[in-house]
Amino acid sequence: MTDVPVGERRQLPPPTTDSGAWGWIRQNLFSSWGNGITTVALVLAIVWLLNWFIEWAVLTAVWTAPSGQDCRGHGACWALIHEKYRYIFFGSFPYEQHWRPLFAVIAMLAMLILSADRRMWNKRLIWIWSIGSFVSFLLMFGEINLSSSLIFSIVLIVGVAGATLRSTAGSAAEINAWRAVAGIGFVGLMLRLLGLLPAFTISIAPLSYVETSLWGGLPVTIILATYGLLFAFPLGILLALGRRSHLPLIKGLCVGFIELIRGVPLISLLIMASVMLPLFLPSGVTIDKFLRALVAVILFAAAYIAEVVRGGLQSLPKGQYEAADAMGLTYFQKTALVILPQALRVVIPPLINTFIGFFKDTSLVLIIGIFDFLNTANQALVDPKWAGFPSEVYLFAAFVYFCFCFSMSRYSKYLETELNKGTRR
Amino acid sequence: MAITAAHDLSQAPSVIQLKGVNKWYGQFHVLSDINLDVKQGERIVICGPSGSGKSTLIRCINRLEEHQRGDIAVHGVTLSNDVKNIEAIRREVGMVFQSFNLFPHLTILDNLTLAPIWVKKMPKREAEDIAMSLLRRVRIPEQASKYPGQLSGGQQQRVAIARALCMRPKIMLFDEPTSALDPEMVKEVLDVMIELATEGMTMLCVTHEMGFARAVADRVIFMDRGEIVEQGPPTEFFANPRNERTRTFLGQILHH
Repeated sequence: MTDVPVGERRQLPPPTTDSGAWGWIRQNLFSSWGNGITTVALVLAIVWLLNWFIEWAVLTAVWTAPSGQDCRGHGACWALIHEKYRYIFFGSFPYEQHWRPLFAVIAMLAMLILSADRRMWNKRLIWIWSIGSFVSFLLMFGEINLSSSLIFSIVLIVGVAGATLRSTAGSAAEINAWRAVAGIGFVGLMLRLLGLLPAFTISIAPLSYVETSLWGGLPVTIILATYGLLFAFPLGILLALGRRSHLPLIKGLCVGFIELIRGVPLISLLIMASVMLPLFLPSGVTIDKFLRALVAVILFAAAYIAEVVRGGLQSLPKGQYEAADAMGLTYFQKTALVILPQALRVVIPPLINTFIGFFKDTSLVLIIGIFDFLNTANQALVDPKWAGFPSEVYLFAAFVYFCFCFSMSRYSKYLETELNKGTRR
Repeated sequence: MAITAAHDLSQAPSVIQLKGVNKWYGQFHVLSDINLDVKQGERIVICGPSGSGKSTLIRCINRLEEHQRGDIAVHGVTLSNDVKNIEAIRREVGMVFQSFNLFPHLTILDNLTLAPIWVKKMPKREAEDIAMSLLRRVRIPEQASKYPGQLSGGQQQRVAIARALCMRPKIMLFDEPTSALDPEMVKEVLDVMIELATEGMTMLCVTHEMGFARAVADRVIFMDRGEIVEQGPPTEFFANPRNERTRTFLGQILHH
């Protein structure tokens, strides 16, 4: 290259010997004798396994049969799934009403998928989730009774939330309107609690009532996972912030809660919620078993999420806090606008890992007799007519769980690249 | 560097007053009996060996660090533990850090408009107009929609200066603004600071850029071991340092 003057070097292409499909194979699979032998052995093993599995699961499988007897001597007995899939998916929900949990599942999945898109992350989501959740639970319950106390509480919460969220952007008149809404809710609730206002109930009952003990299968798993994590996530963030608080009392309470919850197995929490909690309640007061399990899952998940989020908070350099402070941002502005957006981005992979773990952990509710998806699959085996085919049922259940968990894992990857667009150093 | 004539400050009101300020890190006495009076429009350069407490001093003015004894008053408001007081002072005092501290998850424009929108409740459009005019002033309007990670160090520091100016502060604090920069980027940041100084901004700069001190400072303060050892106008300070420690320090940084 003596003919090229200094400072005007040509851009040279990389050497070609290592590129191309053949080059890749030689470099990565057959770079040495040992490497080549390993490659051949592993390929043979994979082919043999695949061959065996396809033979069993597809070629000699029985797809429909009147009873388990006809499956003997053949491959996989998918006829069992074909026979029992309605029970596995929807449990003991009244058979002719199965369209209700089906549409509830579709509604909840639609909400989740809509929320996954970053372009949807605005106020619309609040509406989507409010209406979607109402529709889903209406489908599941069949009727929803709103007691006066509950209605006033909701009005109060909506008013306070509206006034807080719009405190910077809204006009004075609008904020006063929100305050008025909160005031109505508060006064109503107080009058009701003091007994000055008669109790009333608004009943929305387009369908026949189905109690939670009859719920089962996929809707139960999805409700426990979705609403469990939906409430556990903000609670976990608050716990993480509390744990880093300078106020000793708040810090102590948060540390105590996290360590206490993390220190016991989920099963013991579930048993406490189902067996011990009713002992402490005054007689006549009952809390739905399903709700108790949901609360146990929320508390448990929150403690784990708190620790993950704390890791993100600690990874931020001190300068970010100082810069936000120096601008005169309040603690809440600093946390919501500067700290959390960065801290949560850092912890997306461990956070999704926690979510996936909890999606699967919801199956532990079978210990207190709630029929989640794995439990209904399990129950499908009990039928003596179809006894003896556990592999097919568990494989099917595993496949459904895998679909959910793998989607979450892919979504985590998408979210990471999407949120870090342009911010990579 | 163009030399600006030292301007007459004898009539100017004083905007920052430190009286007998003391601070300790554990047992370490980091600031001892600091008395300082800053006039409106005054440009002060603080220098001194590392660990002398110069950064701590200016970080006490906007309460990034808490002093334990003495009084600090900014625009007549005395710093106390009252959060409202602290926030009021921080709205008036802009700060530029050694490591820029831009928010990496926000675009340059959003970095600039964040505080005006949330702290001053300024309408978004107005905040963006101000931000763009400031970005033009620091000569990087074309970077507005990029993220901090895509900019060079010098550009990031100029954004940081614009971000602080976006709040229309009365006082600017600079904490070693050029120390983290590659040598070829120091000038672009100093040029912006000199421009700011000539426009009459009250400035306290912790820096080792003695050329900058000579060019714009009304007063140079030399600190060592937590105390103000010597101070005076730059011509006098550099030509005729009275204290032995000042002479040693100047000898070390001016002829290496």
